[in-house]
Amino acid sequence: MNRDDIRDTLLKVLGRIAPEADLTALKPDVNIREQLDVDSMDFLNFLIAVDKELKVDIPERDYGRLTTLDTCVEYLVDRMGRK
Amino acid sequence: MTEFVMPKLGADMNAGTLVCWRKQIGDAVKRGDIIAEVETEKGNIDVEVFAAGTIEKFLVAPGQKVPVGTVLALIHEEGKPEISSTSTEASYAAPSAIVAPPQPTAPRDARRIAPQHAAPRLAISPSARRLARELGVDPTTVEGTGHGGAISREDIERAATRGRTTLAKEAAQVTSPPVDRAARIRQTIAAAMSRSKRDIPHYYVSTTIDMQRSLAWLSEENARRPVADRILYGVLVLKAVALALRKVPELNATWEQGRVVLKPQIHVGVAIALREGGLVAPALHDTDQLALGELMKRLADLVNRTRAGSLRSSELSDPTITVTSLGEQGVESVYGVIYPPQVAMVGVGKIIERPWCVDGQVVPRPLVIVTLSADHRVSDGHRGGLFLSALDRLLQEPSEL
Repeated sequence: MNRDDIRDTLLKVLGRIAPEADLTALKPDVNIREQLDVDSMDFLNFLIAVDKELKVDIPERDYGRLTTLDTCVEYLVDRMGRK
Repeated sequence: MTEFVMPKLGADMNAGTLVCWRKQIGDAVKRGDIIAEVETEKGNIDVEVFAAGTIEKFLVAPGQKVPVGTVLALIHEEGKPEISSTSTEASYAAPSAIVAPPQPTAPRDARRIAPQHAAPRLAISPSARRLARELGVDPTTVEGTGHGGAISREDIERAATRGRTTLAKEAAQVTSPPVDRAARIRQTIAAAMSRSKRDIPHYYVSTTIDMQRSLAWLSEENARRPVADRILYGVLVLKAVALALRKVPELNATWEQGRVVLKPQIHVGVAIALREGGLVAPALHDTDQLALGELMKRLADLVNRTRAGSLRSSELSDPTITVTSLGEQGVESVYGVIYPPQVAMVGVGKIIERPWCVDGQVVPRPLVIVTLSADHRVSDGHRGGLFLSALDRLLQEPSEL
């Protein structure tokens, strides 16, 4: 799975969490939680969906790296590459 | 025969529209089964039944808007004798003497007519009974304030006045133009909050709680759990609130007809923001009884269903206190407006790392400001302070939660 696939998967998951959001307007370098008004329950649902779709378990200590779409993609590329 | 009535699903709900029946005539039902879907100001709600038996008859068709307390269906209970056909013929003007509406705190509906078989148990003077008949008040729905709870003429007069007010409100509601869900929720919040600020003498107390132990424990706990089973820190707070209420039970109560009613079960209402605006605060039933993992699962389910618009009637009518948390929005402290008929609300702010004195040393600690808004008719600041102290102590021993 390449970066674009990961990005598409993340956008698909975010679309389910914030169905009213226009994801084409999502800025890849700005905090996702702020842009989409995502709370901790939404964020947990996001992580559960990422785990299911990409088979990547993200430990709680790494949550701080998942702030923007770009950093999420970077993190997942890195983590999936280590598997 | 038991009557299934339009429940009251919020302090200011006067009427609801039956969207559809979820069961058929002849279906067997048990307590807690979803029997109907009802449209309210808070969206469509799955309404549960509080009796076991067989559905005998539907009295209201989908699409009809009817006042709270209206009999929607008749349920034949196994092993219960039939009531006379004249009583069942009373259709939806008849009372719900056998099945209590899910909201035990609901203002009684003065338009219900008392059945003959319920009358002998009432403590009511003959003159008050006559007045009730004249004014069309069902005395079984009136709270007596006389000696030993006896119903007086004044009680009947008050009930009749309340009934007229309710009718006038309903008439206004029925004739008002249709509005979207967000606007209706806004109206519901406006009515409940106005009533709260008008009727409830709030007092406010707050405390700062060191969350280091709780967060450290949670971090270790979550490291052992797969992502789908991880626990949010808010769950610790909800559980601690529920346990602290056992020590100060007068905060787990409602104010009904001029007096406090302590609630034996602790159903913490959780304020959940909706994406289209507004909020709903449904109950997490028996919050004090659930292990943290189970509580987390129930909370996740509740949040998801609240946002999807598929709540159950008991979740809307049962909260005995509400917790609101605005920490994720960066709010340092929140002093909530009590949701009537509840008598208390807990506000949780943002966890912020700040300097804190521990054993004479200034150290950085994750601190949160927790507040209590409470009804001064029911409790005093002293008891409110004890509640916050208990909450603090509980959060210092997270493994015990």
